[in-house]
Amino acid sequence: MTKLTDLSLAEARDGLAQKKFSAVELTSAYVAAMARHADLNAYITPTPELALECAKASDARRAKGVAGAMEGIPIGMKDLFCTEGVRSTAASRILENFVPPYESTVSANLRDAGAVMLGKTNLDEFAMGSANVTSYFGNVANPWTRNSDDKTLVPGGSSGGSAAAVAARLCLAATGTDTGGSIRQPAAFCGIVGLKPTYGRCSRWGIVAFASSLDQAGPMTRTVRDAAIMLGAMAGNDPKDSTSAPIPVPDFEKALTGNIKGLKVGVPKEYRPQGLSAEIAKTWDQGLAWLKDAGAEPVEISLPHTDYALATYYIVAPAEASSNLARYDGVRYGLRVDGEGGLDDLYCRTRAAGFGKEVQRRILIGTYVLSAGYYDAYYLKAQRVRALIAEDFRKAFETVDVILTPTAPTPAFAVGENEDDPITMYLNDVFTVPTSLAGLPGMSVPVGLSADGLPLGLQLIGKPFDEETVLKVGGVLESSAAFTARPSRGEG
Amino acid sequence: MTYIIQGETGDWELVCGLEVHCQVISKAKLFSGASTAFGAEPNTQVDLLDAGLPGMLPVINRICVEQAVRTGLGLNAQINHRSVFARKNYFSADLPLGYQISQFDKPIVGEGVITLDLKDGKTKDVGIERLHLEMDAGKSMHDQDSTKSFIDLNRAGVALMEIVSRPDIRTPEEAGAYLKKLRAIVRYLGTCDGNMDEGSMRCDVNVSVRRVGETKLNTRAEVKNVNSVRFAMQAIEHEAQRQVQVYEDGGQVVQETRLFDSATGTTRSMRSKEHAHDYRYFPDPDLLPLEVTQAEIDAIRASLPELPDQKKQRFMDEWGLSPYDAGVLVAEQETAHYFEKVAEGRDPKQAANWVITNLFGALNRIGKPITESPISAAHLGKLIDLIKADVISGRIAKDVFEIMVETSGDPEAIVTERGLTQVTDTGAIDAAIDEVIKANPEKAQEVREGKDKLLGWFTGQVMKATQGKANPGMVNDLLKKKLMG
Repeated sequence: MTKLTDLSLAEARDGLAQKKFSAVELTSAYVAAMARHADLNAYITPTPELALECAKASDARRAKGVAGAMEGIPIGMKDLFCTEGVRSTAASRILENFVPPYESTVSANLRDAGAVMLGKTNLDEFAMGSANVTSYFGNVANPWTRNSDDKTLVPGGSSGGSAAAVAARLCLAATGTDTGGSIRQPAAFCGIVGLKPTYGRCSRWGIVAFASSLDQAGPMTRTVRDAAIMLGAMAGNDPKDSTSAPIPVPDFEKALTGNIKGLKVGVPKEYRPQGLSAEIAKTWDQGLAWLKDAGAEPVEISLPHTDYALATYYIVAPAEASSNLARYDGVRYGLRVDGEGGLDDLYCRTRAAGFGKEVQRRILIGTYVLSAGYYDAYYLKAQRVRALIAEDFRKAFETVDVILTPTAPTPAFAVGENEDDPITMYLNDVFTVPTSLAGLPGMSVPVGLSADGLPLGLQLIGKPFDEETVLKVGGVLESSAAFTARPSRGEG
Repeated sequence: MTYIIQGETGDWELVCGLEVHCQVISKAKLFSGASTAFGAEPNTQVDLLDAGLPGMLPVINRICVEQAVRTGLGLNAQINHRSVFARKNYFSADLPLGYQISQFDKPIVGEGVITLDLKDGKTKDVGIERLHLEMDAGKSMHDQDSTKSFIDLNRAGVALMEIVSRPDIRTPEEAGAYLKKLRAIVRYLGTCDGNMDEGSMRCDVNVSVRRVGETKLNTRAEVKNVNSVRFAMQAIEHEAQRQVQVYEDGGQVVQETRLFDSATGTTRSMRSKEHAHDYRYFPDPDLLPLEVTQAEIDAIRASLPELPDQKKQRFMDEWGLSPYDAGVLVAEQETAHYFEKVAEGRDPKQAANWVITNLFGALNRIGKPITESPISAAHLGKLIDLIKADVISGRIAKDVFEIMVETSGDPEAIVTERGLTQVTDTGAIDAAIDEVIKANPEKAQEVREGKDKLLGWFTGQVMKATQGKANPGMVNDLLKKKLMG
């Protein structure tokens, strides 16, 4: 029999339904794997006892004939989701000991669907980063290593812990959040599927906010089908989030028909900048060829404002973050560093000690771009460009059904690389940020390995609330690519 | 009425605008479900959002939106179909989110107007620039401990309407009239209880001065912490004089926030420059633009009560009251209600007279508001009926009124119990007249010789002799017959 940890979510679901194994058995296998590979540092707070209790309860429900869509499925929870009674840190010292008295809507939806939480996965501090090196709890190791050396590679970020845990089989699936690429880029770096849904598809209530107009939760899984199943359990309108969309959640799994005949696949010419690695370009061409073979029609499109996306993103996101993070002031909860100089001193000491460098940098950038005298030149202009970028996509989708691009400009890099200059790090998001600014669904699918043996992903971008087409095309890409390579670390 | 500040170098004029924060009457807060009831134990009415916990999101309370629209309509103002909530960022121990959710460049209510009723019976229009919705902060308490400050978040997140006037106010009296009128309007509307003592209505005044004849606006100072009508007038008066002094001494007024000290009646600078706030306003990404449809506005308009100005007009047009009397009677909703009950089916002018002269006088004397009046509107009405039916004279009525003030009794019962019923028996009055004439033969002779003025004196004497119970009209008629007939 296949190892329990090698099953996909769909297979595990069916196995559980057929009583081939119990949720407790499945969960135990993952709990053991987590303990064996703690060196990956994928989890900030593993919760094995809680997980086994939940698994037991899940088995009891199933015995009574009650089973949700995620019944008995062990998952990792990005530590940006507030979980009742389980500390929720956002990988920051300032929330190191914060235990919320409430459960985020998405994690509650998953729990209500029967999912078993294995623990809280590592991330970049407050989800700010593209390599998971800004976590107060240490960097996450990518389970993949290069053929050419044995350096520890980054898993991408910010959902690096979730991506590494799914790839290394330390959970069956995991939640991620994506603000500018934080689900898709680590999914690509770790050779898994990562889906950022349309903005508004999943509730943001109870997720530690980074940039409210961009943040969106989504599934990180080993297969496209798994992503479809998990998204269905996560999504839904939430009256507690005014920006969540009041539209019904379709049965995403049903979209996986494999039939993409006549579908128009857009290929944006602006996504082939000079200096794009030949390897990435080749992978992209290959992906397009597969889709063509399956009956889709490639169409060259133009997204003329792409060049401005990164700059726009690095104004809008820090601006919102600077305001969202103001509540961490040492007054009511979280870290508090008292000083002699009264309240202002308390603020300064608490925030200087509680926030890491990258978070502080973004707070400063955000504060600057919102300041009197600079607001029009930065924030307001960025909002205008954002509208133009969204308009680019809207026009493109008049002629195409889905867009195919690389997910990231490079495969995973080593810890320590790209850290000299923050801008180099920001460039990791060049292909994912425009989608985020436009609020569109985007999914990274692993399609092959680089010459150095690292996974590469392609991104599919869909129309607003058309995750179904993204999943359908992703399914075809997945089966054509037949990506079966396994990372060198993690459960073998 | 002009208000001139005489300086050594010439005459100065006051230019003033008010920013009033009105706490919205609603059961729940603006963006959370926590209760807004006043007077609860500290930190017992605090939602997760109000405490600024991670991941918490605001959801607009539509009741508060309706209240803002209602108020806007009461101010004859433009209602904006689409408005935007913005974050006003600043650090404060009683501001858990680190920002106040407010409205900045797109408020829910635009331009409107308030008509002031001034002492001389005249009116004056003061423009309203805008009304916007925002959440209140919590309360810091610095007097509970020698080293620590305490925070009460019960008020954090409660809905406020900030109502900003145009700089149309020219005298402290107008500022007082503005506050009173605004309070009357929101109370009529039921959108704010207008209670300045409990802080549910708070006022900041913007003051500048200019030489008489100038039309430009000079630099203004904002005076905060003005929490009564009287203090607002005092603060304006003091601040205007201070500014005149600054200019006359060759100085310049700086744009700043000043704090009013009610103990000394003066203002002092509140913030030094290094703490000057840059609020970094930007649209709140957690909230969608606020939409209000025409149908919603129409429904709210249809449900508006009669407002002070309309009521005043009706009292003047239908009941023939003077502008002054009508203005006084509508100034407080309770007074208007009281008056309307008294006037219903009676002579409105007589009713107005009793309420304004006698009742207000009595209430003033015993220091009670009309809501605690010892004389109910029904009883006062009955008293007027007794006069009309000639049961008692106007003079006796005044005595009965005083008894009613003391006992809250029914005037009919008082008149019966105390035997105050008017004497209309001609024989009894005749007898009394004869006695008075007999006792004053010389004066009687003077009247007979044409000194009409003395007739009144005789009437008075007869009334006195009958302990006021004689019908004064009958006394007069009989006297005329006897002395001049």
